Amino acid sequence: MKELNFDAAVIGGGAAGMAAARELDAAGFSVVIIEREERLGGILGQCIHNGFGLIEFNEELTGPEFAERMQERIEGTGIRTFTGATVMEMDARAEIKTLYCYSASLGVLRLNARAVVLAMGCRERNRGNIRIPGDRPAGVYTAGLAQRLVNIEGLVPGKNAVIIGSGDIGLIMARRMSWVGCKVHAVVEILPYPSGLTRNIVQCLNDFGIPLYLSHLTTRIIGRERVEGVEITPIENGALMHEKAFVIPCDTVLLSVGLVPENELSKGAGVELNPMTGGPMVDSMLMTNVPGVFACGNVLHVHDLVDYVAEEARRAGANVARWLKGAKPAREARLKSGPNVRYLAPSRVDLDGDNKLYLRTLIVKNGASLEVKVNNRVVKTRKLAHIQPSEMITVELGPKDLESAAGLPDPTVEVAIV
Amino acid sequence: MSEELVCITCPMGCRLSVDRTEGGLAVTGNRCARGIKYAEEELLAPKRMVSATARIAGVERTELDGIARLPVRTSLPYPKEGVPGLLKAIYALDVRLPVKRGAVLIADYEGSGVDVIAARSLP
Repeated sequence: MKELNFDAAVIGGGAAGMAAARELDAAGFSVVIIEREERLGGILGQCIHNGFGLIEFNEELTGPEFAERMQERIEGTGIRTFTGATVMEMDARAEIKTLYCYSASLGVLRLNARAVVLAMGCRERNRGNIRIPGDRPAGVYTAGLAQRLVNIEGLVPGKNAVIIGSGDIGLIMARRMSWVGCKVHAVVEILPYPSGLTRNIVQCLNDFGIPLYLSHLTTRIIGRERVEGVEITPIENGALMHEKAFVIPCDTVLLSVGLVPENELSKGAGVELNPMTGGPMVDSMLMTNVPGVFACGNVLHVHDLVDYVAEEARRAGANVARWLKGAKPAREARLKSGPNVRYLAPSRVDLDGDNKLYLRTLIVKNGASLEVKVNNRVVKTRKLAHIQPSEMITVELGPKDLESAAGLPDPTVEVAIV
Repeated sequence: MSEELVCITCPMGCRLSVDRTEGGLAVTGNRCARGIKYAEEELLAPKRMVSATARIAGVERTELDGIARLPVRTSLPYPKEGVPGLLKAIYALDVRLPVKRGAVLIADYEGSGVDVIAARSLP
């Protein structure tokens, strides 16, 4: 078995992994990236639509362009990359962590590192996760799988599709399927408002005359060998209106019903997860409860822009470098999600440093206000023109904002939306 | 009769009402000047960025680690009504490798000043 030693190992070679590794390399540490696919870039390779990079590169790029630009930044550095290699197990009990990897070309690899960065990204929720009743025919795909088939492998999964869920990937796929000659008959959303951006509703549905059924549930998938249709039932005042159910004939169903951080490996190593995000609980340095194991990007919480992923991962990489040199926060406070806040990442703030928090709200509102409280006293407020669950909100907190927490024995910093 | 439109410039999503007058468009419902600009573009000369994939000359599906198609995009937004024609032109391409990201595959399509470019490099 081949065995190699590094200062830091990064699991996952997407936007997060590349950005974190670059920081570590720049700080003079030896770094390895382990990537399951044959090439770096992660999910970006199949996201051929534009809208990436406005913050990171100051121009609007497609996914493959963003990935290639990120990759160019790490070319010629000392970063070692293993592609086509899967981490099967992580042993993080000792000071030196060990990753056991399988690769078709190299066999079993044993990689030892003082620090590990989790950057595995997320995966799609599927039919089993949302329990759609009915037959089990061929033709039911997650939107991301269909995206890979169409955009990378050049295969169109069907001719007449219905999309379940109005997340952005589903909306983008409604346009993509229309542009490759597949008729999209409907997008069905259980909630009374769309989960995706208005921009995508306009340009991916309205442009093609695709109806969006809000407050409708898919109650049955019909078909023996291949999908023949889906039964859709309206929801009124929280109740299913079975007498108003109708069937839309189709041969393909795409599911765009949410993403979950991919943390099997983390769990196996004893990393504690946050039930609200599905990602690890992390401190102000983005370190998990397992010393030396950090997390960033979609494995930590699902971001809506890759630009935010790159920013967070850069911060994680810089923190790992500081940690390897022996730095750790002197004083931290626990973060609490207040009213209308679904989650906050990270879970703690550094009272003496500059903190950047990402949060998601539970509500849709124009003219909202964000409040930061230290032990129930408001220390900071900010106006928010428009908020909705699908748009991440950024909060910056510095030592000045948190000064009143410094003298308290076990301070709690709460972030609320009112 | 006024036309209804949702402004997509920012996430506020202002609902615009637009009346066509002799002097141009009369827009209401917008919270800022960008709403007027959006309504003018969307009603008088709507444009869209187009991204799709092109065939790679001589490549079978299993080669290139599974990459069977080259992602491409327009260099600028293209007039909306011409998008189906543009897609036909993209699907008629047969791109020879190697190709560099940004390489022009269709120059100045139909005299529009819009190019179709490669969105990734392939060796």
